[in-house]
Amino acid sequence: MIMNAKLATAIAAAITMSGTVAANAKTEMEKCYGVSLAGQNDCAAGPGTTCAGTSTTDYQGNAWKLVPAGTCADIETPAGHNGSLEPIES
Amino acid sequence: MLRPDFTTVFRAGLANGTVPAGTSPDLPQEAAQRFAVYRNNVAHSLSQALARRFPVIERLVGSQFFAAMAREFIAAHPPISPVLQEWGGAFPKFLEGFAPVGGLPYLPAVAGLEWARGLAYHAADAVPIAPEDLHRIERPRLHPSVRVLRCNHPAVSIWQANQPGQDGRVSARGHEIALIWRKPDLSVGTMSIPPLQAALIEALLDGATLEAAALVTDPVPVLGLLLRENLICTTGV
Repeated sequence: MIMNAKLATAIAAAITMSGTVAANAKTEMEKCYGVSLAGQNDCAAGPGTTCAGTSTTDYQGNAWKLVPAGTCADIETPAGHNGSLEPIES
Repeated sequence: MLRPDFTTVFRAGLANGTVPAGTSPDLPQEAAQRFAVYRNNVAHSLSQALARRFPVIERLVGSQFFAAMAREFIAAHPPISPVLQEWGGAFPKFLEGFAPVGGLPYLPAVAGLEWARGLAYHAADAVPIAPEDLHRIERPRLHPSVRVLRCNHPAVSIWQANQPGQDGRVSARGHEIALIWRKPDLSVGTMSIPPLQAALIEALLDGATLEAAALVTDPVPVLGLLLRENLICTTGV
């Protein structure tokens, strides 16, 4: 392939910048099947997966009374107010 | 009862609580209670899976709120695939229309970022080139995990501020573009990149030649990053 000189220079610079002797830097990793990023693949049959709370599960008719209570209040939104901690009027 | 019929009735029962006809426990009087346990386990495990897939969303709204919201999402979007990692892609869109989080307009963008991270984590493997080989490659192929995500909120800053140990405070405004990729140690990189660098990477993702992509902007920073992270890969198998 014929490459223009400018691109060749850029590639050379990028290789220098990447700073890796790739062969040495490469960590020997092997994908371990059955081990996943936390929870992405697990059935989470962990704490709480018991008879406790059997009466609390109801897919339907959830009287919505909770409001967000995490770190969302620390984020300024473009609208100029912080995260809403009040129920949204609907 | 035929097995497919029973499966249908059982699934409906999971949603509405009706004990499916055809269940035959040792103690019939316990059928309702045992089915309730089963329903609870289904709901709880899905809720937990959603929280693990969207940990920043959980942190942003709090775990109690998240769990309640997860129940709504599960009811609206139950898993279709038996592969749990394929479930949850509808969550960002769900958040857009979920009135109780209407005051947090950035949530869908952050959720989209978390979903993309999961996709990158599960992307196919590919063999990186040796950096010096870049001189000989006309159309570099990027690692299958590489994603450019244009966010209509400062989703990367929000995500970073809500990692464990961070205080959650964000004052970034406006749009951000996320570069997401899987690292050799199987962690998932997430960083904000400038628009022109994003355009260059998108050009390469679209199959452009290096020569054409390099016209977008100075290619050195992008190529340096891609090489350092082993994201330029050999073509073919």
